[in-house]
Amino acid sequence: MPMKVGSEPFKNRVDEGIQNTFMRGAVSGAQDRLEVKRLQAVEELGDWETWRLLGEQIRQHVLENLDYYLTQLSDNVAKLGGHVYFASTAEEAREYIAGVAKQKNAKKIVKSKSMVTEEIDLNHHLQADGLEVVETDLGEYILQLDNDLPSHIVAPALHRNKEQVQESFHSHHGYEGSSRPEELTKHARKMLRNDYLTADIGITGCNFAVAETGSVCIVTNEGNADLSTSLPKTQITVMGMERLVPTFEELEVLVNMLTRSAVGQKLPSYVTVLSGPRGEGDADGPEEFHLVIVDNGRSEILGTEFQPILQCIRCAACANVCPVYRHVGGHSYGSIYSGPVGAVLSPLLGGYDEYKELPFASTLCGACTDVCPVKIPLHELLHKHRQVIVEKEGRAPISERFLMSIFGMGSSSSGLYNMGSKIASKALKPIIKDSHISKGVGPLKNWMEAREFPAPNKERFRDWFENRAKGGNES
Amino acid sequence: MKVALFATCLVDMFRTNVGKSTVELLEHLGCEVEFPKGQICCGQPAYNAGFVKDSKEAMKHMIEVFEEAEYIVSPSGSCAYMFKKYPEVFQGDPIWEPRAKKVADKTYELTQFIVDVLRVEDVGAAFDGNVTYHMSCHMTRLLGVKSAPMTLLSNVRGLKYTELPNKDTCCGFGGTFSVKMEQISEQMVDEKVQHIIETGAQYLIGADEGCLMNIRGRAERVGAKVEVLHIAEILNNRMAEVK
Repeated sequence: MPMKVGSEPFKNRVDEGIQNTFMRGAVSGAQDRLEVKRLQAVEELGDWETWRLLGEQIRQHVLENLDYYLTQLSDNVAKLGGHVYFASTAEEAREYIAGVAKQKNAKKIVKSKSMVTEEIDLNHHLQADGLEVVETDLGEYILQLDNDLPSHIVAPALHRNKEQVQESFHSHHGYEGSSRPEELTKHARKMLRNDYLTADIGITGCNFAVAETGSVCIVTNEGNADLSTSLPKTQITVMGMERLVPTFEELEVLVNMLTRSAVGQKLPSYVTVLSGPRGEGDADGPEEFHLVIVDNGRSEILGTEFQPILQCIRCAACANVCPVYRHVGGHSYGSIYSGPVGAVLSPLLGGYDEYKELPFASTLCGACTDVCPVKIPLHELLHKHRQVIVEKEGRAPISERFLMSIFGMGSSSSGLYNMGSKIASKALKPIIKDSHISKGVGPLKNWMEAREFPAPNKERFRDWFENRAKGGNES
Repeated sequence: MKVALFATCLVDMFRTNVGKSTVELLEHLGCEVEFPKGQICCGQPAYNAGFVKDSKEAMKHMIEVFEEAEYIVSPSGSCAYMFKKYPEVFQGDPIWEPRAKKVADKTYELTQFIVDVLRVEDVGAAFDGNVTYHMSCHMTRLLGVKSAPMTLLSNVRGLKYTELPNKDTCCGFGGTFSVKMEQISEQMVDEKVQHIIETGAQYLIGADEGCLMNIRGRAERVGAKVEVLHIAEILNNRMAEVK
């Protein structure tokens, strides 16, 4: 599975995440800071709810007319002299890109940040073909040195600290400088400069493609996408098939919402819009331009109850407010798509065999849904997954199914409930100590790993109410 | 005004005092409170765990029990929200959808009912103590009741309020989540309790016994010097001691 991170089972990954106190400190600190900045940035826009509504409408409109806009986009890219390739699988996308590299006799590729290339595991395949592939986004650059994977959609190296980066630079490059972020960045910059100048191909992701003009828009804070596309002779942009807007008007709305939601920025340092290869009279730009549009399971989501997840603009605001992500970190999700969006998307793209636990790793608190700039009902989609897993896939553990069928009986028959709840206090007496349950089995045991469980009331509320009606209570 | 009390199964079995306080408070505000005896559980535990079919039996039962009520009031935002969701669950069902809608339309969470329907912002309560308040997720975000509890608490005489850091972050309960994903749940409730301790408050107040049972259980386990109470217990406190 290309998008898979690690091979450990879910529970072990979570344990590992929970025990990683440095990572958790970094994540919770980042969450708290980013949420304050996000709130400030969205407040500046005025009525944020109206913006969200607009964002949702734009995304829904595109999804409902995806065939039309994809055709328009590819026609316009072709008119500009670019090549368009529709890849229905990860494999097809990789093969096409490897084919271009071979044709160009390329040795070195520079890449700007792209989640979809992580999804299709592009780097490892190109490297297997003997190509040198260099990530140029600072976070990705750091991860690549140690063959690590992103733990956050926007801030891929969120789980690393500056000392770890210093050490990594030292062991890979003999770096002798300090762990000051400025100095570390300077080192990476120096190393990367040479890579840009010697690369044969630049590969980028795509935040949004503009159908009307055949342009691709890339948002960065480091300017690395500009260097990756203006220095190498060949540019390959890889995009998820749903990542497009009709015109620049919608682009403006979504870019505004993307950067504010992602990192609380009004505008990123660079909003780069590229249209095809270098034209006559252009000062720069690649000689050859390829747009690879990746399906890889997306068209199977279209038209289903899960379609709203394709509205996603990958801002990761949902991860930044998620209390589960906060404590387990991105790698626990076992997918390059982490956080609430990852918990919805990963089972759809990667299958339930691999990701069946993710939809249950949520309290359905709704913080993700509340924060999503394009109004994806994330917690409801997690719930839909649960229903599919339990009822269609029949994957619930037998013990749980048994408990739930008892629940079904007990909660629909007053007589049964009445009897059960009435005798509970007496029946549990042997294990009640100081009005608490002293030992638990099954789910109760799990509960009691972390907290106390109260003994049932001797007098149920309903008994109190009834006695009172009969005049049996004082108050 | 006639109010049918939807007490919730947790209150019925574990927290008689919350039900008692709710009844007394509503009566104090001039309501006639009845307790439809057939009530059991709203079906949420099974529904949220993905067992939607199993949960529907519980829901139909509750609809039958409550559909003739004038107002349905519950001391739980989460369970009240489940009632509000019934029409969506039975969407397209010619018999049950309209009946579900009837129930949903007249369902209120306790503080929401007091502020929005009874139009009372000061229930005449007094409480001597330093309290902090946890905003439950379903009540705040899904039911959309954000200000009513704060409005009512702000008018309680003698009550000192300290804001809880990350007050609207989930406590880690999440129904079956707390026992299915107990490793994660533990971290979440632990952070919640640490934040409560930081405020120095003597009392943690909330409006949902699910969350409160979770927080109370953790507070007891770590020996935190804080008492966990339901907002009905505070609002029903008139000069006399709490409990």
